[in-house]
Amino acid sequence: MKQDKYTEKLTYRVSSMEQLNAAAWSMVIDCPECAAKAEPGQFVNLLPDGAFTLRRPISICEINKEKGTLRIVFEVRGKGTKALSELRAGDTVNMLAPLGHGFTLPEKDTRVILIGGGIGTPPMLPLAQYFGSNAVVISGFRNQDAVILQEDFAATGAKTILCTDDGSAGRFGLVTLPLEEEIKAEKPALICTCGPLPMLKAAAALASAYEIPCQVSLEERMGCGIGACLVCACRTKDANGDEQYTHVCKNGPVFNAEEVIW
Amino acid sequence: MADLSVNICGIPFKNPIIPASGVFGYGREYERYYDLSKLGGISTKGTTGTKRTGNLPPRVAETPMGMLNSVGLQNPGIDAFIANELPHLLSCDTVILANIAGSTPEECAEVAAKLDQTDVHMIELNISCPNVKQGGAAFGTSCTAAAQVTKAVRAATKKPLCVKLSPNVTSITEIAKAVEAEGADALSLINTLLGMRIDLRTRRPILHNNMGGFSGPAIFPVAVRMVWQVANAVSLPVIGMGGVMSGEDAAELMMAGASAVQVGTAIVQDPYAPLRIIDELNDWLDSNGIDTAAELTGSVRAW
Ligand SMILES: Cc1cc2nc3c(=O)[nH]c(=O)nc-3n(C[C@H](O)[C@H](O)[C@H](O)COP(=O)(O)OP(=O)(O)OC[C@H]3O[C@@H](n4cnc5c(N)ncnc54)[C@H](O)[C@@H]3O)c2cc1C
Ligand SMILES: Cc1cc2nc3c(=O)[nH]c(=O)nc-3n(C[C@H](O)[C@H](O)[C@H](O)COP(=O)(O)O)c2cc1C
Ligand code: FES
Repeated sequence: MKQDKYTEKLTYRVSSMEQLNAAAWSMVIDCPECAAKAEPGQFVNLLPDGAFTLRRPISICEINKEKGTLRIVFEVRGKGTKALSELRAGDTVNMLAPLGHGFTLPEKDTRVILIGGGIGTPPMLPLAQYFGSNAVVISGFRNQDAVILQEDFAATGAKTILCTDDGSAGRFGLVTLPLEEEIKAEKPALICTCGPLPMLKAAAALASAYEIPCQVSLEERMGCGIGACLVCACRTKDANGDEQYTHVCKNGPVFNAEEVIW
Repeated sequence: MADLSVNICGIPFKNPIIPASGVFGYGREYERYYDLSKLGGISTKGTTGTKRTGNLPPRVAETPMGMLNSVGLQNPGIDAFIANELPHLLSCDTVILANIAGSTPEECAEVAAKLDQTDVHMIELNISCPNVKQGGAAFGTSCTAAAQVTKAVRAATKKPLCVKLSPNVTSITEIAKAVEAEGADALSLINTLLGMRIDLRTRRPILHNNMGGFSGPAIFPVAVRMVWQVANAVSLPVIGMGGVMSGEDAAELMMAGASAVQVGTAIVQDPYAPLRIIDELNDWLDSNGIDTAAELTGSVRAW
């Protein structure tokens, strides 16, 4: 892309790039203005170099306000994430950030349960860093090869529970089993979750059964990422319970589970 | 510094670059990036007689050098637009084109009559909308329906009326002439082309609506061709759009016959696109020793 005074405003330096497994990459971006404003649950919208029309939304995985950096962790899924995975420290990236409405957090000393599924685990890390030992982090992956971020979660002081669909690492089975055990052991004040839709639904259903507030981070295909083009619609209930379309990029990506029409 | 100002239907524009309808909402999201008074004008999100919720998601797909959308005219309705959005837009010191649509000529006329009572500068009538009374084919795809809806809206307002043409037709010049005959003051084109993409894995169309509007750099040559044909067929000013990504693209569309240029998909990609395009157009004029942007209009030396 041609550099000019306007694209410069959206251009940031990649300060490190690390491959986590066959598909997943961790990128740290030097962006003090963005890091200063960023909150857990928000996302960045990256325009890969090359013949791409649309930006790629990726959740913020770590916010370092002192160093002025944001970290993202993403999986190569198609051409856009492939192009992003080819960036290296020192390269520049075109980014709009921070975007969206993140998690609404209670005091740090509240018991919370954080549930991440697959590539939905990264946005749980800033929450684990905030709640520390008051958090229980339950992560679910397909198998051992897909497991990411477990050392990062352990370093926050949170209790970590790992599950895999095939039992090749951690516990065998779905995240909802340990979730229910943890709820029964001590009811949390909040459940936060991000991951595949069936997992979000199951976690929200359990939260509702035990009358625990639950915040979910949703995905939708996006355009502008700032609330103007209206392509990222999702169905939610308004204050009167009436169905409406809200927008994942502006009203979300984080919603209260009871607002969402699944 | 070239003179970028242009004049359409007696309305002075500071420069010929206007965010296109549907990508800019009602301007609010872009105000935190820059001062809207830098823009030549703003074409607002298509607004209908009553609130519309729009289509089921997914509503967007990427295509080679372009995109598809199936938003489906989600908007709060004309009364909410006039009460909550228009006063603010009119305070932004730029030309406001209120883009309107409806399912019947009567709905379009009613929306235009309400806008006639406001200080909006221009009405842009989108005729790519399905006409429910005629089996759902877009007004803009038949001369009779296009003429009918233009006539109804013309009778409802004295505001400068720009009719926005659909490219999904066999002969766009025939539609342009039909609309001109019913009293349009200007034409804008092109709206999106109809397109479709399929997810090979699921065999499902990516858009929940199956089909959607195709926009972006991939459609630019179609836009240049249609603007050129229409500008030669009618004596109305033409506002060109379709895939404009740079100042040079804007200059090309103006040479083809456009008096001003709207920018859509480029803004979806980059909020600063209109400002960059204004700068680039200015630089291109300067480096080619051209004093005014207006003199580009229709200056193509066709073979
Ligand atoms: C708010 C939000 C946060 C996200 N956070 C992360 C994250 O932290 N890590 C991560 O790996 N992925 C995340 N995703 C998913 C990520 O955006 C997609 O995997 C990525 O856009 C795929 O792009 P591609 O070019 O590789 O795939 P392609 O299939 O080639 O992309 C084609 C188009 O579809 C869009 N698209 C495809 N899949 C998705 C999807 N699942 N969600 C949204 N758009 C999609 C692309 O953006 C692009 O416009 C997030 C999505 C959203 C909406
Ligand atoms: C997301 C999106 C929404 C749109 N909504 C409208 C609309 O409400 N009314 C309208 O007349 N055109 C609408 N359009 C069409 C654009 O105004 C423009 O005609 C078209 O996209 C071609 O220009 P571009 O290639 O620069 O985007 C929309 C386009 C996009 C991409
Ligand atoms: S992506 Fe444009 S409104 Fe959400």
